[in-house]
Parts: sequence; C-alpha cells; structure tokens
Amino acid sequence: MTKPELKVTTPSDREAVITRVVDAPRGMVFDAHTKPALVQRWLLGPPGWTMPVCEIDLRVGGKYRYEWRTEDGQSMGMGGTFKEIVRPSRIVATQLFDQDWTGGETIVSTDIVEKNGKSTITTTVRYSSREARDAALQTGMTSGMEMGYELLEALLQEPANG
Amino acid sequence: MKPHGYNLDATFAALADPTRRAILARLADGEATVNQLAEPFDMSQPAISKHLKVLERAGLISRGREAQRRPRKLEPGPLTEATDWIERYRRIWEANYQRLDALLKTMKATQKKTIDALINEGKPRPKKRKRP
Repeated sequence: MTKPELKVTTPSDREAVITRVVDAPRGMVFDAHTKPALVQRWLLGPPGWTMPVCEIDLRVGGKYRYEWRTEDGQSMGMGGTFKEIVRPSRIVATQLFDQDWTGGETIVSTDIVEKNGKSTITTTVRYSSREARDAALQTGMTSGMEMGYELLEALLQEPANG
Repeated sequence: MKPHGYNLDATFAALADPTRRAILARLADGEATVNQLAEPFDMSQPAISKHLKVLERAGLISRGREAQRRPRKLEPGPLTEATDWIERYRRIWEANYQRLDALLKTMKATQKKTIDALINEGKPRPKKRKRP
C-alpha cells in the first residue's frame, strides 16, 4: 500500500479542505468520528496532549464538547452543534474554539466515501469570512491550519513556467 | 502570534497565486530582471510588476542594487517560516490520522463484540442478546 497522503486545498476564499484515505470501511470511520471512546483514542493533536473530555450528543441540534490537556496544565477546548448527520457518510457541525482563533464560528463538514474497502475522509472547514480564515491560518490551531501546505508544495514542485 | 516578525498572512496571500509561485520558482534559480520574469508569461509588464509588488510587500523578494536592471531576488526568510509553520501543523494532523489508522486496524481485527466493549468502556454493560 502506498503511504496515505494528507491533501489540503482551498477551493474558495472561505474554505479549507483536508482529504485523507484510510484503510477501513466507512461505518468504522464514522464510528471513529462519533463515539467518544473512539474519538479520544486519536483526535489528540500534538504529542503530550490527552482528551479527557469528549461529549457527543449525536443528533441534529445535539451538542458536542471536546477538551484537551497536557500534564503541565495547558488546556484547550471547543464545541458546537450538529446540523446534519447521515450515517455512515456525512456529519456537519458548527465549531468554535474557547479561545476563538477562527474569527467566529466555523462550519465543519466531514464526508466519508468508501471505495474498495478504503474510505476517503474529506473535512471541509468553512470560515465566516476570508479574514477569519486567514486569521486562523496565522494562529494556526484549527482544522484550517494547514491550508497553505498545498500552495507551498506547488511552489516547490512547479516548473518555472507554471 | 507572529513567531519571528514575518507576516504569515501576507506570505500566504502572496503564495495564493500561480503566477507569483512561478515567479518565485524562477527566482529560486537565481536573480532576474522584470523583463526576464515577464518573458514566460502571456502578460504585460505592468501586470508582472503588480505581482512583484505583492511579493515584495510580503518580504519574499527584494531588489538588487544595480540601478539600471534592478534584478529581483528571492528572500528565503518568510518562506522558511511559512514552511516551518505548515510542517508543524501538518504533523499534528498527520499524527491524528496515524492514530486513526491504528485504531481502525484494531477495529478491523477485532470482533464486533469487542468493539462494542471498547465503545462502552466505563459504561454499564448492555444485556447479552439472545442468538437466533
């Protein structure tokens, strides 16, 4: 199997899209995104962080709350409300970090498409404005934080005549 | 939160255009005049100059001393910072997805019963279902 690659694109001024293929059927991937005991096993961010709080009320209008901590007492939290749930292929929810580095609420859509037993996870983060997205880019701790990667990769690989 | 004083917003905004990326890629091979930079593009010199201004304002390029030619050259500082920054956060996401890979592998290798046990960890055990 070739190494799965994380792809980041910016299809519009207000969006960042992160794509990754995993080797599992989408039902499992959906569970891994929506069952707290499973989410707590992988959605941890940088080394040293754990996720002691993971509450998910998985229904339209239901809320979720995530909190991360380090041993030396740093903490970070975010939460939101589910807007759309289509098991096992789509989750749409609002998202707001406690520190609000995203310039207001974002809307995060997670789409899971299965092909030959593998699932493509597409995470679309929609910011309230271009300024909000760019601000998120600068502070960085959001799902949109890598959107510049594709641009840079293009720069490093593109021939001079583009 | 500006780690070294470069404006990452300006850097990324400048990079968000294929012509400007191509100009930077060209300058990575060595300095060049506006005319030389305009050559490969089907674009007027003023249009190229506009792009150069954006790159200059972002600190990605600078002008040479030679008064006549004023060759542009690449300034690696902001680009390096942007790369570092992106790499740091890319690693965070990749780390998350690698843990997800491991979790999914465990889930695939495990009986449904055991996955349910994993999900219900800490919760009271549901009653066993009767087999048909």
